[in-house]
Parts: sequence; structure tokens; C-alpha cells
Amino acid sequence: MAEITYWEAIRRAHDEELANDPNVIVMGEDVGLIGGTYKATSGLFQKYGEQRVIDTPISENSYTGIGIGASMAGMRPIIEIMSINFALLALDTLINAGAKIRYMSGGRATCPFVMRTPGGTAHQLAAQHSARLARVFMSTSGLRVVTPRGPLDACGMLKSAVRCNDPVIVIEHERMYNMKENIPDHEFFRPLEGAEIVRRGTDITLIGYNYSVYLCLEAAKRLEKDGISAEVIDLRALKPIDRETIRRSVEKTHRVLVAEEDEAAVGVGSEIISTVIEDCFFALDAQPVRIHAADVPVPYAENLEKAAIPNAEDVYKGALKVMGRI
Amino acid sequence: MDKADQKRLLREMIFFRRFEERCFEAYMEHKIGGFLHLYAGQEAVATGVLEMARPGHDYVITGYRDHIHAIKAGAPAREVMAELYGKETGSSRGRGGSMHIFDPTVNFMGGYALVGQPFPLAAGLALACKHKKTDQIAICFLGDGANNQGTFHETMNMASVWKLPVLFVCENNQYAIGTRIDRSTAVLDQYKRVCGYNIPSSQHDGQDIEQVMEAAKKAVDHVRSGKGPYFIEYMTYRTRGHSMSDKTAVYRPKEEEAKWAERDPIRIYGAKLKKAGVVTDEDIKKLKKDVQDEIENDIIKFAEESPAPRVEDLNRYVLDDNPDPRWIGPLQNTY
Repeated sequence: MAEITYWEAIRRAHDEELANDPNVIVMGEDVGLIGGTYKATSGLFQKYGEQRVIDTPISENSYTGIGIGASMAGMRPIIEIMSINFALLALDTLINAGAKIRYMSGGRATCPFVMRTPGGTAHQLAAQHSARLARVFMSTSGLRVVTPRGPLDACGMLKSAVRCNDPVIVIEHERMYNMKENIPDHEFFRPLEGAEIVRRGTDITLIGYNYSVYLCLEAAKRLEKDGISAEVIDLRALKPIDRETIRRSVEKTHRVLVAEEDEAAVGVGSEIISTVIEDCFFALDAQPVRIHAADVPVPYAENLEKAAIPNAEDVYKGALKVMGRI
Repeated sequence: MDKADQKRLLREMIFFRRFEERCFEAYMEHKIGGFLHLYAGQEAVATGVLEMARPGHDYVITGYRDHIHAIKAGAPAREVMAELYGKETGSSRGRGGSMHIFDPTVNFMGGYALVGQPFPLAAGLALACKHKKTDQIAICFLGDGANNQGTFHETMNMASVWKLPVLFVCENNQYAIGTRIDRSTAVLDQYKRVCGYNIPSSQHDGQDIEQVMEAAKKAVDHVRSGKGPYFIEYMTYRTRGHSMSDKTAVYRPKEEEAKWAERDPIRIYGAKLKKAGVVTDEDIKKLKKDVQDEIENDIIKFAEESPAPRVEDLNRYVLDDNPDPRWIGPLQNTY
């Protein structure tokens, strides 16, 4: 075991997969010579050469399309989009082509590519660098969407994403790249499906994904001091959703809160609470609560940005509301 | 090219014309649904270019006007027709329809409804060929209208920088649906537009299949030799509207249509072969009859008699139907 950062974990997954399969290539803006804006591919250009770690021009839609085209001919591209905001430019090739080619060819053509991108607010990056957009991808048939919360999943899920035969969208978070976690020295994989119970509890289920898992964990600690035992679930995969794990937890705790960094409308929280209502409505002892961003484009000023994005305090208070304490 | 091949090419074009006309009839009978874009009038381009390439070996990709490209690339015509009929035996198992014919067994990688989307996909196929060091090339057929998409410019740039083995074939039929090229496009000669990307290009008659082939051979050789992409423009004209719903009378002058009707590719090649003594009027008449019989007795029959997809299979092909649990899981929690 060794403690490594999130970006080092991603770099290790790239390195192992490039070494494992000559058809694996990496492409994106500054992924090569510079080694990636978040260092996630550092040194790989030097190790595997410019044919396999490809610096692209700033043409998101078409370099994503080139990756998808290559995947139809047997390649295994890992496509990096520097910020999920820029992935909007590539939605045509991602959604109209990547997500649909298998289906509209009756399963005869496949495109096993991976698209990695950081989504979320970092530090005063303002509206055009702070989008989250998980909901866009999780509502698209034909994609898998995963949200590794730490180095273990960042490495193990990326490796699984490269090996599996489906298009996989990996949503990272700019505030997680320097987080550390112990991960095994030997090669390992983490599955692309299945939520994970990251803290056991009996009174309320707090559900997060990506960075909001940490808000839930922090809130759970504070709730413990109030005598409330919170269970925390990391969704890990937004498509498909692990309804079984959610249902079993809510049937135990009878209360549920979903924390997301995105705006509420048509979002992850809406989807999760819908599944709770469909699957275990009668297990609920209180109305569910969503913790989410304000309905504004993310502002620049530090105090406004802070106010726009949910924090652990918001999750804590939301949980108290579910518990009927406030 | 020997006489047998010349006669075969003529027959192919007659076949393609009849195939498309039969699609029109089936559409009017409500046997074919959705949108239908026919290739009649432009046959010499796909036929001539692919004659000079290696169908089944090279990758071919195009837009939504895709039936004939698929068949010339090697997709069985009866499967293409069955696809239009929405049948399980269709090229795409009835999931794609007219605009999404696929046959990866012959490297025909699809028809796409997003104008301009095949540009990057073609470059990606070419990237794979280059990476695997095969002698394959990727051939991308699109119309003049597609060149006003951002993907045109983005892809030309990358294909050139990376010297990808991709041949872009621009079938300039001069209309983007109902908007004539001079009303939508600043530069009318499409081959000039790739100069800014340092891609060699040329413009040719798309109605005379011999000229199509002569130019295509040079372009294909250029791309296959590893010199990078080539952009070839063919001047052509579609006989019918963009799809089944537009009335060409609204946007195309009758005189223009009449002028192009004289430049019909089958008429031009038929006349040439008659003059050269390869075929007689009687031969052409017989070819037409044979083709009609084949389409009716084999292709339409197959499409009509094939089963529809099973509704129970609705959710197949969304993702890998037999995924490897090592990568997929799901993760097991202990309760």
C-alpha cells in the first residue's frame, strides 16, 4: 500500500493501461508534452511517444469524434476534456455518435472509448469553468457515467473503463486532484457499477457522489455529536444507478438526503429521490431533502461563490430538517 | 478496364438507380417509414470512387444518403432494403433505418444524420489504420452542405497535422436541402476550402464515371501511399429532392433540372459503352429488366418476408449485452 494523490492514481491507471494494450491511446489538450493540466498524464508522452499520447488542437467536438472513430476500428482511446464546460462542445459526437452507434447499428459497431473530465467548482473560476453537468450524461442512454471519489476508485475505475466495451464518461473534480488515499501496490480494478456504503449508520441515509461524498461524511461526524447515526452512500456510478443499495439503506434508516454540487432541476438529487419514492416510499418516515447549488451561474467573487455552492454545514442542517430537529 | 468490368459497372449503376426508385415506391406504400434520402443522379460518384478503392478492406463512412455507398462497399442489398423495412434481418437489425445503415463486416461504418459528423469519425478510423500500420484508408463521403459545419474545419486541420490516411469525397450537388450553395457558402469551389489546411485537393465532373474513376485513383493512391489526406470534389446533382418532403420546384429552376438530366450518369456511361461497342440498346434493356427482377424477386421479397425485431429485444444493444463482471461489477456491499 502507498498513499498517493488522485492525479497520481489517474496517471498510474493510464500508465498501466498504455503498457497493457498497444491499442490504448490518450488524446486531449496538453495531455502530452506538458503532461495534462492536472498532471494526470505526466511523463507518458515521454514514455509512450507522441503517437500514443496525442496533444490535440482546441477542437473538442472533432478530437472527441476522432477518438470515437478510432474506437470503432479497435482502438481504446482515453479522451481528456480539460473542463466539463468544454465537453458541451463535444456533446454532438459524445451523445449523437458515441452513445448511439452500438444501438443504431443493431450491436454491430461498438465504440469503447473513455472520456475523462473534471466537473465542479474549484476556486473562483467563474461561470464558464465551474459547470458540473453530470445530469447531461446520466440522462443519456448508451453511456456509462462514473464519479470516482478518491484515488482508489480513480485508478481502479479508469482501468475498468478502458477494458470494458462501452463508452464511459469519468467525471472527476478539480478540488479532488490533490486528495490522498492508500491504494494497493499490485494491479487492481474497481467495478463501474455499484454504490458504496462508506459509513454505516441507522438513522438517516446521506447520499453523495464525487466531491459531495465528503460533505456528507463531514456532516455525519457532526450529526454523531447530536446523537444521530448517519449512513453515507457514495453513488460511484450515475449511470446505471445502484437502486438496490439505496433501497436497502433507506429501508433501514427510513430517512434520506441527497447532496449534489449542481443546480437542483432535473438533477442527480431529483433522480435519486424519484427512485426512493418508486422503490421504498412506505419505508420513509420523513420527506426527503435535496442539498444543491443555488440556481445561478457560478459567480466569481469568493463570498458569492461560497454562497452558491453547498457545504458540509448545509448538509448537516438539511439532515437535521429530515430528522425533525429544526 | 476490360469490357466485362465496364458492363458490370453500368449494371451496378442501373441497379443502384432502380434500388432507390423502388425505395421511393415502398415509401409511398408506407412500407418504409421515417426520413428517406435518395441517391438517384449521383451514382457515378460512389460507384466510381469505391471502384478505385478496396471495398471490404478500406473503411467507408457517410451521411444519411447512405444506401448506395453501403451496397457498393459490400453490404448485401437485401439487408439494406430489410433495414429500410425495419426488419430484424436489416443491416442494423432494424434499429437504424435508412439514415443509419451499418455493416462493419465490410468496414462500412455507418450513415449519420448529423451533417458533418462523419468527418471526425472518418479521421478516427484513419488514425486507427495509421496506428495499426495497415494499408487501409478511410473514405468519407459527404455533401457540400456538410462543409459549413465546424467539424469540417476542425477535422481538416487535424487530419492534415497528423497526416491521416483519409480521403474526403465531397459530392457537391449544390444544394443544402433547399438552400443553393451560393446563398449559404462564401466559396463555391469546395476543393479550395481545404487549401487553408494544407490538404491537396481537386475538382472533377461527378457524372461521367470514367472521369470519376480517373481522379479517384490518383486520390486513393495518394492517401494510401502515406502522404496524408486528400480532398476530392465531384460536381453532381440529385434527381429528386433532399428527402421525401421537399418540393424541388420551390428552390430549383426547371431549366437547371433539365440541363442536369442530360448529364445523367447512367445515360452518359451507357452512351459511351454503346459507342465503344461494349453494349447495345438491347443489352441495356435486358440489364434493366434483370435488375428489376432481382430487386423484386430477391431483395423486396426478402425485406417483406423478414421478421420485425422482437419487442422483447428493445433493450438489447444499448450497452454490451454480455459485459465482463471484472470491469462492471457491481461492487458488493456487506449489509
